[in-house]
Amino acid sequence: MKFDTTFWMKLSQIDRRWIFLVIAITVALPMVLGIDFTAVPAPMVEKVFQTIQRLPAGSKVLISYDYGPSTVPENQPMADALVFHLLSKDCKVYMMAVWATGERQSQYTIDHIVKPSFPNKEYGVDYIDLGFKAGGTGLINMLFTSVKRMYTTDRTGNDIQSFPMMSDIETLKNFDMILSISSGAPGLKEWIQFAGDRGNIPVAGGVTAVQATELFPYYPRQMFGLMAGLQGAAEYESLVIHMYPKFFQHRSALRKMAPQTVAHLAIIAFVIIGNIAYFMTRKK
Amino acid sequence: MSELSFADHLALWVGAALTFMIFSFLYKDNPFYKFAEHLFVGVSAAYWMVVGFWTTLIPNGIGKVFPEMVSIFLPNLSDTTPNYYFLIPIILGIMMLTRLFGSIGWISRWPMAIIIGFSAGTNLTRYLQSDFIHQVHSSSVPLVVLENGSFAWMATFSNVVLVFGVIAALLYFFFSLEHKGIIGGASKFGIWILMITFGAAFGYTVMARISLLLGRFEFLQKWLQSFLV
Amino acid sequence: MFFLTLLLLLLLGSVGLAFFIRPLRKFFPLLLTLFTGLLLVVALFIPAQPFPKLEEEFSMWFDVIAVFSFILGGGNLLRVHLMKIQQKKRDWQYSIVTVTGFVIVLVIGLFKVGSKNWSDPYLAQGTAFKWMYDAVFVPLQATIFSLLAFFVASAAFRAFRAKTREATILLVAAFIILIGRTPVGVWLTSWLPNPLQFFHIPNLSTWILSVPNMAGQRAIMIGIALGIISTSLKMILGIERSWLGGDES
Repeated sequence: MKFDTTFWMKLSQIDRRWIFLVIAITVALPMVLGIDFTAVPAPMVEKVFQTIQRLPAGSKVLISYDYGPSTVPENQPMADALVFHLLSKDCKVYMMAVWATGERQSQYTIDHIVKPSFPNKEYGVDYIDLGFKAGGTGLINMLFTSVKRMYTTDRTGNDIQSFPMMSDIETLKNFDMILSISSGAPGLKEWIQFAGDRGNIPVAGGVTAVQATELFPYYPRQMFGLMAGLQGAAEYESLVIHMYPKFFQHRSALRKMAPQTVAHLAIIAFVIIGNIAYFMTRKK
Repeated sequence: MSELSFADHLALWVGAALTFMIFSFLYKDNPFYKFAEHLFVGVSAAYWMVVGFWTTLIPNGIGKVFPEMVSIFLPNLSDTTPNYYFLIPIILGIMMLTRLFGSIGWISRWPMAIIIGFSAGTNLTRYLQSDFIHQVHSSSVPLVVLENGSFAWMATFSNVVLVFGVIAALLYFFFSLEHKGIIGGASKFGIWILMITFGAAFGYTVMARISLLLGRFEFLQKWLQSFLV
Repeated sequence: MFFLTLLLLLLLGSVGLAFFIRPLRKFFPLLLTLFTGLLLVVALFIPAQPFPKLEEEFSMWFDVIAVFSFILGGGNLLRVHLMKIQQKKRDWQYSIVTVTGFVIVLVIGLFKVGSKNWSDPYLAQGTAFKWMYDAVFVPLQATIFSLLAFFVASAAFRAFRAKTREATILLVAAFIILIGRTPVGVWLTSWLPNPLQFFHIPNLSTWILSVPNMAGQRAIMIGIALGIISTSLKMILGIERSWLGGDES
């Protein structure tokens, strides 16, 4: 018993760098082994997919890239899968960003998803990248009354009036759906508050896992669906792959689910061991 | 990986070096970490300035007042009629910069007043509608649920937990009444509901943090493959 | 043109007056906040002109002024670090790194170094700014945030103790969510018979998220909303004026 207590005492005082090392190994090992997992879609994710699935061809969908490099592993797969799905359904995709770092991310989707998978889709006719504008909620408020006063050009500096798909866009109400992929404020929450609720525009999207729980209260009345974190992205990817198998090559979140799962188990193990150590040493 | 250009290779190596510099903090604070951290601060601030300048200030500010002046940057604009009303936000913006100079810093209060007034006005109405009225509305659900004429115990149980959970958690935050008797019991239930909420938030936070680390490891894997494979 | 001249006169005139009469340095901004705030509230309830038009104009102004806050942020950073270098404060050498990084990125971004035409996008392929973004900004920002994975693991080991009933509830909820949101949750309890499907971990995790978590988050949301509404009102009415700063200068 004395030995046990000493052992647990030592364990509870272990140098945190050992914990760091264990986390690094649990994340790296499944990645190196390249294990692929599937994901069972949660109802909120399924709802996003089904709602888009029901959109008629030609529907106008705004997708806002409200994140930056720090959350790319969670957010980029969501944006890529959504754009792939929307273009597969022949919807018109309007990309923009409320975050200054979002521009590079929409560029990534165009270069890695749109151009290779949809060579026949034409820029300005089937999809457009409006880019970033400053203002945050002020920008959303402005777009609610006038899109073209703010976006006089697209991201590349071409006149907005020169694009056919912009001819019937005056305000946010002209969009059939708004999707926000976000990792903070301004993001999906602000799109719900300043656009969805105000103009009765269907809003949904994907957020980082940190942000997810605080968005649940908007479901289903104010937000028709939600992808929460990497798991949400993986679930959406599996739905898209099921419907459009050629998306399989673009899957990114699904590839990360194995290390993610192992890391979760490691964290749970840490909590359990930490608690055992606490109770064992407290007795003395 | 042979299709990578020299610039791409350089970017991978610089990126990998900076990644290791930041990770070195996990061992202990050191000059490499400090270097990377300070570089990040400077680069970020400049990045925001450059993006703001090209995306908003040129097309939506200066370009509106002096379209001819910005035609070199935006040669394809069809509407080149000057709109002098945009002088006002530009002047207000310049007034904002007086904050950098102590003695005339008070001039920045004018643009700040617009920012504060705008934010307060919009937040008041938006939060009232989306986060208050809608939430109260969404929480008003039937306490007895019948499905096809028969009692649906699970849906009923969920609705009861939802309705009383919201009320109890709100009661916990309400300090005008002493938390004793029924109020005390309700606020206790409120704490449990909040603990489950925080537990869920913790679970999701762990998920998010691991995901970000995965992204970096994926980058390092790409970097290793660029010269090993 | 008349309205523009009038607005400019009002704006510059009020600043000019405040130069000589110090109390006006707070009075005019408070008046402007009251006007802007009330206008936006009224615009929601009276959707007739001129309110929607005025709301649109103020939104536009807000967005343009917001850009200057980026410039202000950069200017402030430069000032702080240059002072640190000048006064040779602790770790002043690293301030040189900050200033150098700042200046280099600013120059390559504003002068579109590497692009063929001035009309090319600032983030176009081949520009130095895009290279800097991919090679420097992305790894730095992403790695700094990824450090949190290690710290959350360390905190899980050291701080999450089931010391009380409340802490235990928190831990159990976190466990179910952590397992339930991964394929392990599906495997672990997939053997459960139909009547016990509620206890299947993914189902339990979904229930926790959509019922008790929803209740807790709603209560928090309603509380925050009430706080924001009252603070906004205080700001519009000039009761809360800490943003004005301490003294006249």
